[in-house]
Amino acid sequence: MTKSYPTHKPEAEPGTVPPLQGDVAEEISRPDASGQSRGSDDPAGGLVATRRGEQASFTYAPAPESRSIVHLQSSYGLFIDGAFVEPADGNAYKTENPATEEVLAEVAAAGLADVDRAVEVAGRAQREVWGPMSGAERAKYLFRVARIIQERSRELAVLESLDNGKPIRESRDVDVPLAAAHFFYYAGWADKLEYAGFGPHPAPIGVAGQVIPWNFPLMMAAWKLAPALAAGNTCVLKPASTTPLTALLLAEIIQQADLPPGVVNVVTGAGSVAGAALVAHPGIDKVAFTGSTEVGKDLQRAIAGTGKHLTLELGGKAANIVFEDAPLDQAVEGIVNGIFFNQGEVCCAGSRLLVQESIADTVVERLKRRLATLRVGDPLDKNTDLGAINNAAQLEKIRELAAAGEAEGAVRWSPSCTLPSKGYWFAPTVFTNVSQAHRIAQEEIFGPVLSVLTFRTPQEAVAKANNTVYGLSAGVWTEKGSRILWMAGQLRAGVVWANSFNRFDPTSPFGGYRESGFGREGGRQGLGAYLDV
Amino acid sequence: MESEARTTAESGSGAAARLEQSSRPSASTFGTGHSIVGSDSAAVGEMLADLRRSETDLRRFLHGLPGVDQVGAEARAASLVTRSIKTSAKLWALEMAVSMVDLTTLEGADTPGKVLSLCAKARRPDPADASVPPVAAVCIYPDLVPIAKRALVGTSVKVASVATAFPSGRASLAVKLADVRDAVTGGADEVDMVIDRGAFLSGRYGLVLEEVQAVKEACGRAHLKVILETGELVTYDNVRRASYLAMVGGADFIKTSTGKVSPAATLPVALVMLEAVRDFAELTGALVGVKVAGGIRNAKDAIRYLVIVNETVGEAWLDPSLFRFGASSLLNDLLRQRSKQLSGAYAGSEDFSIE
Repeated sequence: MTKSYPTHKPEAEPGTVPPLQGDVAEEISRPDASGQSRGSDDPAGGLVATRRGEQASFTYAPAPESRSIVHLQSSYGLFIDGAFVEPADGNAYKTENPATEEVLAEVAAAGLADVDRAVEVAGRAQREVWGPMSGAERAKYLFRVARIIQERSRELAVLESLDNGKPIRESRDVDVPLAAAHFFYYAGWADKLEYAGFGPHPAPIGVAGQVIPWNFPLMMAAWKLAPALAAGNTCVLKPASTTPLTALLLAEIIQQADLPPGVVNVVTGAGSVAGAALVAHPGIDKVAFTGSTEVGKDLQRAIAGTGKHLTLELGGKAANIVFEDAPLDQAVEGIVNGIFFNQGEVCCAGSRLLVQESIADTVVERLKRRLATLRVGDPLDKNTDLGAINNAAQLEKIRELAAAGEAEGAVRWSPSCTLPSKGYWFAPTVFTNVSQAHRIAQEEIFGPVLSVLTFRTPQEAVAKANNTVYGLSAGVWTEKGSRILWMAGQLRAGVVWANSFNRFDPTSPFGGYRESGFGREGGRQGLGAYLDV
Repeated sequence: MESEARTTAESGSGAAARLEQSSRPSASTFGTGHSIVGSDSAAVGEMLADLRRSETDLRRFLHGLPGVDQVGAEARAASLVTRSIKTSAKLWALEMAVSMVDLTTLEGADTPGKVLSLCAKARRPDPADASVPPVAAVCIYPDLVPIAKRALVGTSVKVASVATAFPSGRASLAVKLADVRDAVTGGADEVDMVIDRGAFLSGRYGLVLEEVQAVKEACGRAHLKVILETGELVTYDNVRRASYLAMVGGADFIKTSTGKVSPAATLPVALVMLEAVRDFAELTGALVGVKVAGGIRNAKDAIRYLVIVNETVGEAWLDPSLFRFGASSLLNDLLRQRSKQLSGAYAGSEDFSIE
């Protein structure tokens, strides 16, 4: 029957579909792009035979974003009381570019004395300046910060990609715009707190100690600082030790915006020293933490009985649930976005694909075809989809769990990848034949590793999706609106995305329950977490 | 795509698989990564014959296609737009785009002189540089076909003619077929027909299919491009269904628009149509081309389409025999950007001839 169709390309074997081009010849070549199909694609085409530039196929030339916009200093101090200062005991450590292992800068390692001082100036600024200030005035500062973030967005994006390893496409199009959006959004609330639904006289809590992770360094800083400041609190922020640079650039922006000294303080250093000292400090009234469940538990133990307010945003093992009536092409995009966005180093990553059995093969086949076009490599290249893993310890953890997946009998697949020899890299990986009991179906991997499971009925999908200690996010793919609503009610997850995944907006509360933590960030609810209500 | 090593007819994991899922037990062994629905090429042929025979089957098939989520499709197109095509890749893309242009004039005021000028430009787009490839085709009204045909003898440039009461398609089938025969007799290598959007939107799929088949037959050896006029179909679900309808009817190309209706070609529409030809190839083995037409005026937009082609269907479609731009002013911008790539400086707008 196929013969009744005129096949335009005389070179193509009849009845054979040519492979998708693995368009990243240097980095990824298709695992199964066998020579016979490729050879049939005469680059000059059937109709015209001519020189096309100097290359034979559509291979994207490197398109690196310039790093010259970033002025890296050789060493960075702590940001305390509106100024960059040396740490009391002079300790420092190095932060590196995870894509190359090149040292980017030396950063101060805060000790107890530094944390003491930061908390003390923050307390004074809260009582004397920021707390008494009218909401409208606070809003002006926050709007100014938001605008400077936008003005310096390229600089922030490049620095974020350098320090974190994430592709510039994401830092430019997601991290930095969302950071600005959070400041804009909460600036709008600053003079309207009494209308936020928390009673007529909502009061700030006091000094917030905020400890943030390395996966979205700038964005997490914005998520923490913006609502706290809008509500009249002052802050001491402890960035992750491997990604301090954009928080320090944000401190510079805060200086540039002329925020009163002491309102925002940034103390860099190890979580076990600076972080632990910060949350335990008696001058701290509110602790906000985003990071691993393990540390979150320690932290909760540490502050038990102190009366400190606490919000925790911890790990996750989200189910991305695809029903047989899903919009397939978009679902495949959603699966890719769900687990390979930010190298899967996302607490709400869709790390478990639950696909209805009747379409499982089709979905997996399409997913693999799509993954062959993922571009892994230089984070600063504008065409890179998947960058470097942030640090060596994390890479080790991903490797260990992936090995456990294989050992437990799951089938491992990656598109063929040539990863750079320097730096921390992990190829996008899909596990099939995964059972609910496997470690890769239960433990958070926090890397570009997808576990595929199947289900037959909506009830089974819900049971499997909820069979986890976490409860942060979930995705539902179906064209049936009523099923989306039913599923959203059944899934024990703080965020349920319908026919989409990993979409964030400052107006939308984000957070989990069970071992994914408690409290919400974003929206009116996020404001409530920084008000004494 | 797991299936390179096999013929697609054997792997059919697309629409046929879904169509048949309800009626036959699946031999699925999930997890092996191999396709399991074992429809052989005879079964595919039978299925296509059924679709052509029975409007009920056709309707069930078209409505059984997976839906297109508007937000997701637009987001995917928007993310592909951010690809940065520079230096050698840009030069390659510009020259490829030139070779894919259907240089078009479709005005009531067209004259033989204008068509001759168009043909001269088509053969040698840049008189100052012989290394620029000729365009794929000129696209004109049927009465001007003989003039173009004579002007293009001995070149690789095809003559494409619109027909079937272009652009509205509001005429009887007999008149449409006469229009097609007129173009083919005049020497058209390619015929661009319009579908009956009224029939499609009111659900008379069989009528649309019959027209496509009849026009295909009237085309004889000429290639058939079926214009969906996606600006009037409005939803992406409709675009996908119309794409399949045209392909089942025997289209060699599916084309977005007449250029007379706004919106004309858009990136998400092109994405959905490319996904349709990809899935149809997987289902039947037939490679159907895609032509985007209307509103593509600059090189930047053209390169964005090439990126979508590259990352949706792959390099097989990066060929004038499977992807075309219906455009007029686009060509000069392609030439201008190409000379910028080679010389480092922009040429003036008067340095390239108008058609």
